[in-house]
Amino acid sequence: MGKASENNAAGVASGSKLHNALVYFRQHWQLYLIFILPAFLLTIIFRYIPMGGILIAFTEYNPIRGILGSEWVGLDHFARFLSSPDFMRYLMNTLKLSVFGLLWGFPIPILLAFLLNRILSSSIKQKIQLVLYMPNFISVIVLCGIVRILLSPTGMINSLLGTQTNFMTMPSAFRTIYIASGIWQGAGWASIIYTAALSNASKELKEAAVIDGANIIQQIKAVEWPAIKDTVLIQFIMAVGNIMSVGFEKAYALQTDMNMSSSEIISTYVYKKGLLDGDYGFSTAVGLFNTVINVILLVTMNKIVQSMNEGKGI
Amino acid sequence: MAERKKKSEFSKYPTEDKAILIVGYILLGLFLVAIILPMIYIILASFIDPITLQNKGLTFDFTKWTLTAYERVLGNGQIWVGFKNALIYSILFTIISVVVTLLAAYPMSRPDFKGKGFFNTLFVITMFFGGGLIPTYLLISNLGMLDTIWAILIPGAFSVWNMIIARTYYMGIPRDLQEAAEIDGADEMVYFFKILLPVCTPIIATISMWQFVGMWNSYFDALIYLNSASKQPLQLVLRSILIQSQPEPGMVADMQSTAERARLAELLKYATIIISSLPLMLMYPFFQKYFDNGIMAGAVKG
Repeated sequence: MGKASENNAAGVASGSKLHNALVYFRQHWQLYLIFILPAFLLTIIFRYIPMGGILIAFTEYNPIRGILGSEWVGLDHFARFLSSPDFMRYLMNTLKLSVFGLLWGFPIPILLAFLLNRILSSSIKQKIQLVLYMPNFISVIVLCGIVRILLSPTGMINSLLGTQTNFMTMPSAFRTIYIASGIWQGAGWASIIYTAALSNASKELKEAAVIDGANIIQQIKAVEWPAIKDTVLIQFIMAVGNIMSVGFEKAYALQTDMNMSSSEIISTYVYKKGLLDGDYGFSTAVGLFNTVINVILLVTMNKIVQSMNEGKGI
Repeated sequence: MAERKKKSEFSKYPTEDKAILIVGYILLGLFLVAIILPMIYIILASFIDPITLQNKGLTFDFTKWTLTAYERVLGNGQIWVGFKNALIYSILFTIISVVVTLLAAYPMSRPDFKGKGFFNTLFVITMFFGGGLIPTYLLISNLGMLDTIWAILIPGAFSVWNMIIARTYYMGIPRDLQEAAEIDGADEMVYFFKILLPVCTPIIATISMWQFVGMWNSYFDALIYLNSASKQPLQLVLRSILIQSQPEPGMVADMQSTAERARLAELLKYATIIISSLPLMLMYPFFQKYFDNGIMAGAVKG
């Protein structure tokens, strides 16, 4: 039916396009009004309207007067943040936490997947997986609660070491605690995607390699690594794209008054400035700064990977 | 039997490979021990008399074992309020979110859907860019949703990532099914509910599990949008006990000195961790078979 009307109105191009669209819509209205409408509305209301609210970053926002009624201050908030002595510290805290987190945390799931792939008995493998994935189901709050009691002066770690150190008050320990607990909780779960990719590695290819006398290192190079390379790249781009969005929940739950010099990151600062101090304009500006850096990182990373990987990015 | 097979396969490896494998198995073993050890410690510690634990650490002198911590935590109303709210929020959120996401994924999976490019761009942008905390908070506030269940259920209900995964899964379903249905005169709704969804149960189960666990374990939205104690989900109740070391008053009220109260507060944490993690830990093995499915479906598209 769509084809027929296209032929009839071939002369009146714009008219026929509109007509075609109407015909299509009449036939498929359910796709628009039932299937996609709820998601569309939620996206516009809760994702795009707040984007308009970014204007707050350029005003001395007053909730009573609204965005347009508030005093316009241009880039003052950005200038204030960028020139404050805290700026560098929060930025570096954020970056260090995620970059070191990535350097330590990214390879371990891949290693775990390679090791799991070498477990010969499938029933043993399943039991190992059950344990590996378990910590993923512990909540952030409970994880941080566990970390805090195990590291407390009378906790498990101190009784093993025979000391009474209060790790949670040491700024120098914060990053290690954050990253190590992240690996403890997430490495097993993150390895699933590689395990799945590895199980797709052609069995015949591997058997051929074994018959050719390839040792484990050669098998990994020739068969297993090629099987997961694309997955690794995609995961890496995604991870880099999230470098500036270090989770608020965990950093906030591991903060103490004493370790603030290394544990205050941009997202916790945005929360405190905005919702606890009510400095809406400034907080929005800091948040926007963070988002923009994040987008720049993602785009750059995607470009780099594309050029390295024969034009394939995400 | 399995043991013998494993041994014989293992013996096929040349010597240097065996060395590599043994190092690998040891690494894996250490990682597993590192996961299990803290869990065992916390389970044991939760049963031990507070003063003994603090002075001597773990003990297997069972006369020092007690259920006091559990009685105090379970005897307190607020943790039950938390459990109840978490259950309500998680179930409702899962239903709303999964329905919206599965519906949206269907048009997006059809090659002939007009406007697909537009919607796709519209959705994907939100994965990387957003208004941020304050504009979103002010919106929720202006909509009158502060301190209501809706602030928890609605704003995050549509997940673009899950939509992409569901869409990829739909696209793996043979088109003949749809063509046959259309010839039979079935419209979109009939095809979607009667033919497509029944063959998509693995991905529906996976997404439901992610949304349920995600909501059960999160605390940020509740922290910023909810004020009333009666609306707090479990994670916020846990936060005051575990992170702020402020147990619900009733749990420690009978202790005379501040020092005693502080010590008891510290020791109630072990039991609290066990009680609050138990439900998901018990449910999780039953979900295990869905993990690979879901992850694979997501991996195909990347």
